[in-house]
Amino acid sequence: MSGLRYVANNPDVVLALLWQHLSIVAITLLIATAIALPLGVLVARYRRLATPVLGVLGMLYTIPSIALMIFLLPFFGLNRRSVIVALVIYTQIILVRNVVAGLQAIDPAILEAASGMGMNGWQRLWRVQLPLALPVILAGERIAAVVATAIATIGAKFNGGGLGVLLFDGIAQNRYDKILAGSIVVALLALVLNRGLLRLERTFATSERIQRAEKQRPLAGEPLRT
Amino acid sequence: MGAIRFETVSKQFPGMPRPAVDSCSFDVEEGSLVVLLGPSGCGKTTLLKMVNRLVEPTEGTIYLADTDIRQMNVNTLRRHIGYVIQQTGLFPHMTVAENVSVVPRLLGWDRERTRERVDELLDLVELPSAEYRDRYPSQMSGGQQQRVGVARALAGDPQVILMDEPFGAIDAITRAGLQNELVMLQRQVRKTILFVTHDVEEALYLADKIVVMRKGQVVQYDTPFRILTQPADNFVAELVGADDMVRHLSLIRVEAVMTAMPAHDLPAGQPVVSGTDHLRHALSLLLRSGASALTVTENGQAVGVLTLDHIRHSTGQASA
Repeated sequence: MSGLRYVANNPDVVLALLWQHLSIVAITLLIATAIALPLGVLVARYRRLATPVLGVLGMLYTIPSIALMIFLLPFFGLNRRSVIVALVIYTQIILVRNVVAGLQAIDPAILEAASGMGMNGWQRLWRVQLPLALPVILAGERIAAVVATAIATIGAKFNGGGLGVLLFDGIAQNRYDKILAGSIVVALLALVLNRGLLRLERTFATSERIQRAEKQRPLAGEPLRT
Repeated sequence: MGAIRFETVSKQFPGMPRPAVDSCSFDVEEGSLVVLLGPSGCGKTTLLKMVNRLVEPTEGTIYLADTDIRQMNVNTLRRHIGYVIQQTGLFPHMTVAENVSVVPRLLGWDRERTRERVDELLDLVELPSAEYRDRYPSQMSGGQQQRVGVARALAGDPQVILMDEPFGAIDAITRAGLQNELVMLQRQVRKTILFVTHDVEEALYLADKIVVMRKGQVVQYDTPFRILTQPADNFVAELVGADDMVRHLSLIRVEAVMTAMPAHDLPAGQPVVSGTDHLRHALSLLLRSGASALTVTENGQAVGVLTLDHIRHSTGQASA
């Protein structure tokens, strides 16, 4: 319970670190999505790219986080920029894989109908492919958010700020209350992000939209006309 | 505006031993419904998809209203050709109204005009707009979905509609209903329709003219009646079941074989058929009623008489 007592006694410290942590995750997701979305669309369209691109991204994912951040320091400095770049690299495999999976799951007949009706490539992508792939893409965002939240704690070692500060200070000062406080808040943050993004994901799922439509217009007892 | 001309059109897919479509030439009259009929792999779908350039011919030219379709912008061309495919062509994330509005939106129609068009079309395919416009495709039966598909193809008011086995995945009873509605609809809208099927009954029922295809080539291009009565070769005869006399009867109208007679010469109390009914119906009526002759009426007026001999004579003539 010492961890919770620390949080209760130092709410401003914890809140500031929480905010730092959250902003690292948010910036990471924004940048990572901006890269992963076009990359995923390309890989889905040119299947030959799938093996090399996913292979390289998967390999990058296996590099230990401390090693990767140390490697990035000379390029981006001893600050949270290095941390964000590392997180962007880690989340690519998750995001790209889900973009590709979402796009490839679309029935080819639907795409042929879209082309046959005179949509050009962009219109097809924006009006048909991305909306249909959206729930799967959002599932990728959710997993990436949780992974980024966890790995971002390491960033405190490289002057990146965030809730990891509590952990590393606690270890250095032999303060178990700080270590516990940091762990609990990080875990809570991951849970909340997961829950929130899961809700968003469901909002955009077609089946869910249909259920909402049915609530507005009950079908029971209505003769089925064919 | 909606006439289509195929001129020695061929399609050779790379790595295939023979062309999928082999030097096909024929004219489709404006406002007619032409069925492309043949066994699977005969090239009928490939030929259809060349009209909206989902497949490009390797040889030959297709003209739409005397314009080479390769000279048109491909997306503009497609927005002016309705396209109905088997079952799954609807966008599952869009409501019925959104699905039908796709082409009007691509054509840049304003919101008001699009909305009116959607309502009009849903009523035309007998899905009352108030009830169905906000539904999603998965909330509807297969037959209803296919009607939405037809409404969507009509939305941009195209002169030409391509239908690729549209009723292929639908149960027999619903299919018969949809075929009947298509005939009714076509009487109202008079589009040039190219319709692909491998179902002979469907082809005979719907077509103004039938293109019988085999191994990429056009074997015969004729009216359903002539294809049944004068098949070009054994392949056609076997495909359409030309020796099935009952099938013939369903294509010949009563008025074509009856003996015309003034109304006052006709005996009273005979069963009545309409001159526009087919002989199959008349035969059924003769057998069921046990009568020796039927009174033929047109617009409620008795105009002639039909006996079993007339029917026998009609098929004798046909097979001669």
